Amino acid sequence: MKTMLNVALPKGRLGEKVYDMFEKAGFECPSIKENNRKLIFENEEVNVRYFWVKPSDVAIYVERGAADIGVAGKDILLEYEPDVYELLDLDIGRCRMAVAAKSDFRDNTQRTLRVATKFSNIAQQYYMSKGRDIDIIHLNGSIEIAPILGLSDVIVDIVETGTTLKENNLEVKETIVPISARLISNKTSYKFKSDQINEILKEMASQMEANK
Amino acid sequence: MNINKTTLSFNEKVIFSLRSLYNERGYSQYKMSKFEEYDLYAKNKDFLISDSVITFTDTNGKLLALKPDVTLSIIKNSVDEPNTIQKVYYNENVYRISKGTHTFKEIMQVGLECLGDIDNYNICEVITLACKSLKQICENYVLDISHLGIITNVFDSFNIPSESKKEILKLISEKNTHELTSLCSSLGLNSTQTEVINAFVTTYGKPSVVLPKLKSIFNGIVDIAPIEQLSCVINAIDKDIADMINIDFSVVSDTHYYNGIVFKGFIEGVPSSVLSGGQYDKLMQKMKRKSCAIGFAVYLDLLEILDNNAREYDVDVVLLYDDKADLRKLNKQVNALSNIGQNVYACKVAPSKLKYKTLINFNDCEVDTLEDDA
Repeated sequence: MKTMLNVALPKGRLGEKVYDMFEKAGFECPSIKENNRKLIFENEEVNVRYFWVKPSDVAIYVERGAADIGVAGKDILLEYEPDVYELLDLDIGRCRMAVAAKSDFRDNTQRTLRVATKFSNIAQQYYMSKGRDIDIIHLNGSIEIAPILGLSDVIVDIVETGTTLKENNLEVKETIVPISARLISNKTSYKFKSDQINEILKEMASQMEANK
Repeated sequence: MNINKTTLSFNEKVIFSLRSLYNERGYSQYKMSKFEEYDLYAKNKDFLISDSVITFTDTNGKLLALKPDVTLSIIKNSVDEPNTIQKVYYNENVYRISKGTHTFKEIMQVGLECLGDIDNYNICEVITLACKSLKQICENYVLDISHLGIITNVFDSFNIPSESKKEILKLISEKNTHELTSLCSSLGLNSTQTEVINAFVTTYGKPSVVLPKLKSIFNGIVDIAPIEQLSCVINAIDKDIADMINIDFSVVSDTHYYNGIVFKGFIEGVPSSVLSGGQYDKLMQKMKRKSCAIGFAVYLDLLEILDNNAREYDVDVVLLYDDKADLRKLNKQVNALSNIGQNVYACKVAPSKLKYKTLINFNDCEVDTLEDDA
């Protein structure tokens, strides 16, 4: 007998796109499209339960086993390094993790570089690989204003189109890593619900192949 | 000694059952001190799960540490003689950083080590005991087994640069084929070589299906002796146990310490692996030992999640008495209840947060039941 598969979806536009992929893969749950404030949706016929969570929390739900699988951005996986399987690059939600600064910025290597970011771990590892001494200024939002106000020299943040940067007189100086949404799985769930997870994996991979 | 099993926690029951399991196979308990010289960990930092260690200076000025690991101490104190085998098990607290709170935590660990002239029988025995340990905890378990030897052979045969090996191992452990494929291409590997490396992610499952497949993939490309060893060991294991084994190369350990068969155990309902082990001859060599070793540890702190024995009541009976109560009669009444298996909490006023089944008022002559929730 198949058991219920718990899927953590990231709230927002990306999550809706991802749900459509699950639906096409045969794991539909029509109630999820009803306009209400519910967070958990279940379809017993296909043994699936979806729940909407904050995008940055998906990896925690999956790592801790509250969700068997989920969809999380590569930025979150690099930042928190959860102990999960990263099964598929869904090739959606594409953007990049980049270093940005004021257009006239020149790196003075004689002093410590001040980096404002939400992604402390990614920034630290990136500059460590380059042997550059940095000071991390951890911010939770509006990162772009840090160099303008002189709080930092550069920022490390996600860049999608670059419009926000441009409007704040900043520009990308270096790309750290490309980002996209990934299908992740809890390690134990993968052992005990492998048939269901592999079915989803296969279906999603073939959808992506068809869209190429 | 009369031990009421219902008073034991789930973890305590697991500890007792694992100890008797290891005793049955001739393993003897290795009891050690809580402290170890810090130097031992400083020299082998990469072997530790977390490199932070609680240290303190002893009265003689020596820098000591609260043990973050048991294996290193066992190796340090082991006898290094040819043609001998030392079989020990332990049940010790270790002190490590908790991933969630980023603070030190005391973790109870049970495990065993087999050191000396290790042969396939010893490996087979350790894997059998790992499976039986998991079965004692839960019937629904899986032991994932991998062999670092075949991965190392592929690395050597394809001349993978040492700085990329760690990255490849990380991607294999994540089952991340998409990034593994692009890394292979950036390393200039051809499509056949990429396919061989990807096979470490895509080929997994029951040994009877996977091992022949692996032989055909690797044959003629690398030395397949490690696959032959896996087949030989798993074929010797009893069928009911072998049925619970999967070949899965996502089980990777640090190749500076581990070399041969490595494994991880999973239990339904526990989100991460509860058992981890393998052959660590390279660590033995680093510690100037000529002999080999294999062992595993069970992480008991992860098992609390399985403890469903949350008591509905704190006590069965609260027995209220007052200052006028005859002490001898009161004592007799408490004993009488206790003798019929009831937990009795005798007091003058029932504590407000205490949950009980029955509330009894004790008078010298009679016992009145005031509340009965049973």
